[in-house]
Amino acid sequence: MATTKHILVALVEDKPGVLNRVSSLFRRRNFNIESIAVGHTEQPDVSRMTIIVEGDDAKVEQVRKQLDKVIDVVKIVDITNDEPVARELSLVKVKATASTRSEIIQIVDIFRANIVDVSSDSLIVEVTGDEDKVGSLLELLRGFGIREIVRTGRIALTRGGVGPLQIEEPKEAKVPKPPPKVTPSEAESPPDW
Amino acid sequence: MKKTGAQILCESLIREGVEVMFGFPGGAVLPLYDTFPQYPKIKHILVRHEQAAAHAADGYARATGKAGVCLATSGPGATNLVTGIANAYLDSSPMVAITGQVARPFIGKDAFQEIDITGITLPITKHNYLVLDAGDIATVVKEAFYIAQTGRPGPVLIDIPKDVFQQEATFSYPEKVNLPGYKLTLFGHPAQIKRAAEVINAAERPIIIAGRGVIISKAFAELKEMAERAQIPVITTLLGIGCFPETHVLSFGWLGMHGMAYANKAVHHSDVIIAIGMRFDDRATGVVSHFAPQARVVHIDIDPAEIGKNVRVDVPIVGDVKNVLGVLNQQIVPREHLDWFNRVDKWREEHPALVIRESEALLPQYVIRQIYEATKGDAIVVTGVGQNQMWAAQFFFYDKPNSFISSGGLGTMGFELPGAMGAKVGRPDETVWCIAGDGGFQMTIQELATIVQENIAVKIAIINNGFLGMVRQWQQLFYERRYVHTPLSGPDFTKIAEAYGIPALRVTDKKFVVSAIEKAMGHEGPFLIDFVVEPEENVFPIVPPGAALVEALEMPSPEKVTRSSK
Repeated sequence: MATTKHILVALVEDKPGVLNRVSSLFRRRNFNIESIAVGHTEQPDVSRMTIIVEGDDAKVEQVRKQLDKVIDVVKIVDITNDEPVARELSLVKVKATASTRSEIIQIVDIFRANIVDVSSDSLIVEVTGDEDKVGSLLELLRGFGIREIVRTGRIALTRGGVGPLQIEEPKEAKVPKPPPKVTPSEAESPPDW
Repeated sequence: MKKTGAQILCESLIREGVEVMFGFPGGAVLPLYDTFPQYPKIKHILVRHEQAAAHAADGYARATGKAGVCLATSGPGATNLVTGIANAYLDSSPMVAITGQVARPFIGKDAFQEIDITGITLPITKHNYLVLDAGDIATVVKEAFYIAQTGRPGPVLIDIPKDVFQQEATFSYPEKVNLPGYKLTLFGHPAQIKRAAEVINAAERPIIIAGRGVIISKAFAELKEMAERAQIPVITTLLGIGCFPETHVLSFGWLGMHGMAYANKAVHHSDVIIAIGMRFDDRATGVVSHFAPQARVVHIDIDPAEIGKNVRVDVPIVGDVKNVLGVLNQQIVPREHLDWFNRVDKWREEHPALVIRESEALLPQYVIRQIYEATKGDAIVVTGVGQNQMWAAQFFFYDKPNSFISSGGLGTMGFELPGAMGAKVGRPDETVWCIAGDGGFQMTIQELATIVQENIAVKIAIINNGFLGMVRQWQQLFYERRYVHTPLSGPDFTKIAEAYGIPALRVTDKKFVVSAIEKAMGHEGPFLIDFVVEPEENVFPIVPPGAALVEALEMPSPEKVTRSSK
């Protein structure tokens, strides 16, 4: 089966050790995380993880189910096919001399990126966008000499009103109906151990 | 009312209905042990090694269906539990393991007997906790028992620092758990159940593969109802033994590496498999690409992650087996599959797996069969791992629900004695036979002392062949008889037993098997028999590694074989 990049989004309880529980499960199931981004959400005590993994659908689905079993994971969804808005942020420190500085600024402008720090021999560029955009900018800047790069990894939201990750209001009366009785006579039942 | 953390823990355990726990004291749990005399309701059984505490709690849990509780101190006490916790995890056994931890100010300082046990047990527990405030203990205990015993059961570990045991807090036991991330699907989706019924009703060559989930869910009656309604042959997994009476006409043994050849054949040629509470373990399926090539698979399991993990599934149903079968059975059309039944029954005649070859020698299979005859099957059998386990599974017929207890997933040698101990404590009125090998028995032999101190009346049968038998068998079959480090020169087990205060017999001759077993059964307390059996007897059938189920090797020279008394 073809492997593709999947975007898994997990809502997790904001407790110590949760990141460890999630990441160690990837290791144990022999799965590589390409990037993972964690932060607070609109709800107190709930953090959101955006995990990018590469694999075939069946394998990613297996990992998703295993993650769903982690008690501290409240909800986990594969939003790859929901056409989500996905962004990552990158900071790049580029070598800059008096002669190259204006050229760098021009490129940065074209990408609607920002210069966030200037020093005598370098600039820090901040760029936000999808992976392709960040990648192309980095490629162009490489010629000037890149000193350091940091990337957040992708974060993503699904479009529209209520996403698949909305946590429902706690409902009291959600007890499923017990099935109708179909057991054979009591005498046939095995002893209750 | 203010109580110490230790008192809160005891109060909470009582509220969870804990009657017994298996443990071993040490520095970090001293404040807890000091509290025990105030709570005589909870019986504490002192083991001789923490691994046995975990296995005993596991054996107790499997025998009773209630969570077993084990207890150890920090550091080495905690790490000694690890094998037992992993064993419970792989076989979905409910367990709550409590460990002491160094006092809070010392955490992270590599203090004396400090180890990160929550980190170590992360992949082998259903969940675990490090409790940093005595005020959290009650909630954590409530959650731990809830998680351990519901859904797919499993072990939960609670790590409590020494000073938290001593810290005072207000005690009130929560009535409900609040676990937004813990979802249980107990009732199957009606549409899926309908689809499953359609597939089953259209089947020409259906079989049921029933696993330990049936036992956990106590769905014995529902399984029987389904099988009888549509006359479907029932094959169990190794851990499913005891979920369907093995003397029932529809019982066709168990599948897998050492399963009955006819069971494996039936699976291979079936057109519909109804897999109930089982997880298509590689020891059960053989090489997966050749597993049941013509079959459509209906898979019923409470754990959604088991669906489609190893084998493709046509109709998945997530839910508690008892509930699902209750609804599904109503939609199953009563019918007979006479041609199919006769075909499978003919395979049973052609491949008589459960025969004992004619021999003057003392054969291990004969020993197991005689234990079956003597107990009339009315016993709980707890096994070790290896040849003794397979013979115990093959040559004893399990009609009683939940009467076979064995380490399946992890395959832990040394489980037998402490596991039997726990089972006997959980079901004291029943006969418990511990079937051990001479290798595995020596891994936890120290528990003979616990058995004597607590007068736990388990009957121990050592199948003593002077080898690590299953490994030797593999060396014989697949490594050209190079017996590297498998011959064992064991101790005199009868002298060892007597030194611990347990009466014992050695049997080297077939003639004395029955009388020895009767003597053991007639004795009130624990009893040990050292059966010195044919050293190079092999377990058959065997599906060679990397082979399909139907490629099982059967016992050579079948002409010498006759059908046994059964």
